Amino acid sequence: MSDHEYTPKSKVGKWFNDRLPLLTLANHLTDYPTPKNLNYWWTFGGILTFCLITQIITGIVLGMHYVAHADLAFQSVEHIMRDVNYGWLIRYVHANGASMFFLAVYIHIFRSLYYGSYKSPREVIWIIGMLIYFLMMATAFMGYVLPWGQMSFWGATVITNLFSAIPLVGESITNWLWGGYSVDNPTLTRFFSLHYLFPFLILGLVVLHIWALHVPGNNNPIGIDIKKPSKDTVPFHPYIVIKDAFALLIFLLIFAFFVFFSPNILGHADNYIEANPLVTPAHIVPEWYLLPFYAILRSVPDKLLGVIAMFAAIFVLVILPWLDTSKVRSTVFRPIYKQFYWFLVADVLILGYVGAMPAEGLYLLIARVATAYYFAHFLIILPFLGMKEKTTPLPLSITEPVLGGSADMAIARNNSDFKEKL
Amino acid sequence: MSDSEKKKPNRRDFIVTATTAAGAVGVGAVVWPLVDQMNPDASVKALASTEVDISAVEPGQSITVLWRGKPVFIKRRTQDEIDSARAVDLSELKHPEKDEDRAKNPEWLVMLGVCTHLGCVPLNDKGDYGAWFCPCHGSHYDTSGRIRKGPAPTNMEVPKYEFVNSNTIKIG
Repeated sequence: MSDHEYTPKSKVGKWFNDRLPLLTLANHLTDYPTPKNLNYWWTFGGILTFCLITQIITGIVLGMHYVAHADLAFQSVEHIMRDVNYGWLIRYVHANGASMFFLAVYIHIFRSLYYGSYKSPREVIWIIGMLIYFLMMATAFMGYVLPWGQMSFWGATVITNLFSAIPLVGESITNWLWGGYSVDNPTLTRFFSLHYLFPFLILGLVVLHIWALHVPGNNNPIGIDIKKPSKDTVPFHPYIVIKDAFALLIFLLIFAFFVFFSPNILGHADNYIEANPLVTPAHIVPEWYLLPFYAILRSVPDKLLGVIAMFAAIFVLVILPWLDTSKVRSTVFRPIYKQFYWFLVADVLILGYVGAMPAEGLYLLIARVATAYYFAHFLIILPFLGMKEKTTPLPLSITEPVLGGSADMAIARNNSDFKEKL
Repeated sequence: MSDSEKKKPNRRDFIVTATTAAGAVGVGAVVWPLVDQMNPDASVKALASTEVDISAVEPGQSITVLWRGKPVFIKRRTQDEIDSARAVDLSELKHPEKDEDRAKNPEWLVMLGVCTHLGCVPLNDKGDYGAWFCPCHGSHYDTSGRIRKGPAPTNMEVPKYEFVNSNTIKIG
């Protein structure tokens, strides 16, 4: 990581650092050479860390007042909202925090897709990231069950019933998940326990994610390998710290807007009705961040195949580094992929939209086309495009276009003035 | 750069100070709800007073009721107990308080049944003074609930209470 050996200045610091090199770690994180052309799409890593910490802190607080029992859970959430000092604020931050967390993670993932951050040598970072994403979905789902409203109950029923699609052992597995013959108190208490555990697993994976990142260093908008440290890098502190902090402030403004002005807009009114095992709400949908996968699930007419398609939609992302055969990372230099990238963005947004609509008529047709395209993008377009596409020339360094005095790489490279400066 | 130029605050100093100040206020505004949520909530405060029917308590008897999660002793004292409490010279007391001040209506002694040492509930009709004795660390209280012997520093606390009518006491 850092090229130079770090020695603390003070005697005490040296004594401590020889026994536990925390100061070396702090020095590494401070000096960490970062590409100087990182744009604001790179600030979401810091924002996501903030989101995770916020969810953990507010979650621990809510856990002090929440009661995980089928007869008491709904009341205890109302107790938090009405009686606990600032309970309304803490719960709204936690509930909207989940949405903000997913908003940030989707931007983070699509940034990676655009700039090819998942490609060699960063495949392990990407896979850890996908594990985090999967755990986030599981955590968010279980958290949504805890208030024990109608949407909680029926969401839990529908999602756990996915496993009943498994041949032969499906029923045994769902009974095992439920701890009974339906979603009930045993389900609620185990969901509470796991909802408390998973964020700490995510935290551990985040440490690995960052560790794995610091081995090759950050990708950058140009997507080329850079020498570190060099003219192409700046130290993490203060340059990236300040940039991340500024982006976080803007993000917090949006976060605060939801918390203070429309705290329930991302939820469902049905969840303010206590869970009733005898009546299903007329229109049942998951939280917005799960809608694309929900649309894929519903677009397949077969129960088992629908479940397989939904999980495959996530798995296909995990193996993405080997599906994309192009050696060029950044979409900036891939004119054809750039168009397919935006098609994919539109496709996922469409899937999200139809996921929120009733699964019938035109919506169902759109969902099927969009599902087919989703898989075609990863399984057909990416492998072939990587082999066929003619990419535009890559600059030799981040500074090249600037030093060469022209945005056109070909001119820049032929510029003799530039060659001297290099 | 001369000395006077160095001392004069520039625009950057202003921005740093203003940002730090605004940041400190922001951090405080975030931290306070996280701290305050652990204070007694509205549902706990709503239970801050309780009314007790004392019509069935005979002289010499004591009842214990729950108020704010703590036991409150309501003792209907006999004349002997009142006399012995009032006969004590204040100079003998570790925490001098007149019985007249502790029991406005001498027949009724109302106090928190919590030992002022470490919070155990003292036993009735026990100890050297024939009143209350704390089994945890051996504090002896007299018929006015005043500490007479043992590690407790102060008398048992008299809560705010009033007689709603001759049969009902409202505590809190």
